[in-house]
Amino acid sequence: MYDAPHYTTQETAVTDVKIKAKDVQVYYGENHAIKDVSVEIENNTVTAFIGPSGCGKSTFLRCINRMNDTIDICRVEGDILIDGDDIYDKRVDPVQLRAKVGMVFQKPNPFPKSIYDNVAYGPKIHGMARNKAELDDIVERALRRGAIWDEVKDRLQAPGTGLSGGQQQRLCIARAVATEPEVLLMDEPCSALDPIATAQVEELIDELRQNYAVVIVTHSMQQAARVSQKTAFFHLGYLVEYDDTSKIFTNPEDSRTESYITGRIG
Amino acid sequence: MPLLWLFLIVLAIAATAFVLSRSRVLAMSGQDRRTLHSLPNYYGSNAAMKSAIPALLVLVIWLLAQPFYVNNAVSGMIPDSAIADSSSRGLVLAEVRRAADGLDLAVARGEMSEDEARNLRTDFTDVTTRLENAGAIVTSQITQPILRAAQRFRVMNTIGSQIMAVVVLLIALAGAFWAFRETDPVFRARNTVEQGIRALLIAAASIAILTTLGIVLSLVFNTIEFFRLYPASEFFFGTNWAPSFSGRGGASDLGILPLLWGTFYISIVALIVAVPIGLFAAIYLSEYASPRVRAFAKPMLEVLAGIPTIVYGLFALLTVGPLLVEVFGDDGLGWMQSGTAVMTAGLVMGIMLIPFVSSLSDDIINAVPQSMRDGSYGLGATQSETIRQVVLPAALPGIVGAILLAASRAIGETMIVVLGAGAAARLSLNPFEAMTTVTAKIVSQLTGDSDFASPEALVAFALGMTLFVITLGLNIFALYIVRKYREQYE
Repeated sequence: MYDAPHYTTQETAVTDVKIKAKDVQVYYGENHAIKDVSVEIENNTVTAFIGPSGCGKSTFLRCINRMNDTIDICRVEGDILIDGDDIYDKRVDPVQLRAKVGMVFQKPNPFPKSIYDNVAYGPKIHGMARNKAELDDIVERALRRGAIWDEVKDRLQAPGTGLSGGQQQRLCIARAVATEPEVLLMDEPCSALDPIATAQVEELIDELRQNYAVVIVTHSMQQAARVSQKTAFFHLGYLVEYDDTSKIFTNPEDSRTESYITGRIG
Repeated sequence: MPLLWLFLIVLAIAATAFVLSRSRVLAMSGQDRRTLHSLPNYYGSNAAMKSAIPALLVLVIWLLAQPFYVNNAVSGMIPDSAIADSSSRGLVLAEVRRAADGLDLAVARGEMSEDEARNLRTDFTDVTTRLENAGAIVTSQITQPILRAAQRFRVMNTIGSQIMAVVVLLIALAGAFWAFRETDPVFRARNTVEQGIRALLIAAASIAILTTLGIVLSLVFNTIEFFRLYPASEFFFGTNWAPSFSGRGGASDLGILPLLWGTFYISIVALIVAVPIGLFAAIYLSEYASPRVRAFAKPMLEVLAGIPTIVYGLFALLTVGPLLVEVFGDDGLGWMQSGTAVMTAGLVMGIMLIPFVSSLSDDIINAVPQSMRDGSYGLGATQSETIRQVVLPAALPGIVGAILLAASRAIGETMIVVLGAGAAARLSLNPFEAMTTVTAKIVSQLTGDSDFASPEALVAFALGMTLFVITLGLNIFALYIVRKYREQYE
């Protein structure tokens, strides 16, 4: 009963690795923030990064779409491969990469534009629509996938900042999926939301798994247990343990993982 | 008693009160200082505050009120018959004051005894000559009513000053005594001093506000006076500016339109220069520059803001003007007659406004939350796409506010215009022609030797008032926009 799904996920891990990180080191100036992290993230899976504050999980997440490039003092070493291609290769344009690896942030950050323009922003920049009708289609599809279409379809021209917190976050998810990414990174997407909005977003995350590899950083262990299939536990810059979520939460191998999920450290 | 001495004595009383109250409370507390409600210095400060501040306040109010009172009293002594047709009560009063000053001077030099100065009569002595001999400035023959008024003026001032000294000292002593009496260990001196400090801060803020009000009032009365002499419709809609300084009234054309046109034309040229350069500089500094470049470049840019405008004026006159003439003058394109032109003043004024625009815009761009930029980068936008489509739209209201503030500075600028734009008031579209602005004309109307009561001089106040209303409107509008923007990211 317990072993069977464990076995099948192992199978997919072998066949369908989306992101492969090997010996990643990240430095903020003198501070060594990420140490020797190697991980293989699977496609069509929700992978949760958990760990106490300052353990490097957000930093590592931001390496996957090279958002750390925008911070001057940040330096990344090691290899991160998406579909076998090194994203830190000189030939890779970080701007193109970020269109392929979407990101949702901790605090909902809609642009001070209309709901429509918020979602159309990415497709417009990347020239994904040839005309207005196509753009309308893309926006509608993204808003439907963000599970917010029914709430906003009558007021697409209203400012995005006027929505409630949970709606704003789903708008930001819709905005991220509008550029048709292959990977979706979520940095504590529910930390600014109330339990009802959180439940909506979690449901959405589960649906998004059909099309993307989803990586989510979370402080809530219950959330990690609810939404993810794989969990990685970070501590002091090290990746301590990475395994099936069910295994991490029931039978962790490392004593530090056990201490954290039982609330003794963190 | 000279004012300085009075002031010093009040301060001495306050200092004494400080020391006495402090030692009194220390003596009352005995050995254990913890029985005191406040630190000993607070008891001293309370006493010093209560003796000095009411006394000094009364001193200031008295000094402001006494001239009014004396002037009114003296004015009542002058019969209407003593005022010549070509003169006014104000001029006669000025004469009275001059005569009184003359008497003071004569007494001080020993040419006249105090008794004589009080009781002289024009029918018995030639007062005018005697005062002139004493070195006083006397403009016309002193008549008996004026002399009597001047004598009364002196007496009232002397008595007033004496009463003032006594009253001020009594108040200081009473305050000191009161504070000394209430000084005991349970008295909450600390809280009282706190209230005193609060009152001081409120007073400072009110002075700033009341001054603005005073400036407006001083403009309003003279403006009303001007409109009594000159029709408002011709002032606001007249297209010709030709004040005559020879005769009085009638001959002058005082239309504001050429001046307003000059003001706006030069300001627009200045903004066309300042806004793009300032804005781009701000974008570079806030978005692209490394911290090291920023730490160096931002203060350098702000040095521009510290240059006095007269220096900019010299730069316009000596450098920019001749340079423009070389290109656009008779040797070049032939559009420009001389170095002073709208273009010269506008360019230099634009340079002056660059730090103003860039510094304000920089603050506003920095206030756009980093999460907006992250959101845009996360969708695969480049830096300039992010700035153009996310940062600038978010910062736009603030930037518009900054531009409006810069515009109101451009409109109020004087020295660059005086030196760079020429003095000819004309309605023309050619930016290489000399024009002038409202501010420059205010200067020239008031620095001439025309009669102060003539429309040619009073028009300066109407111009000033118009300018004040325009810039005030711009500032209020700008602040409104900036404030509205600020609320967005609370």
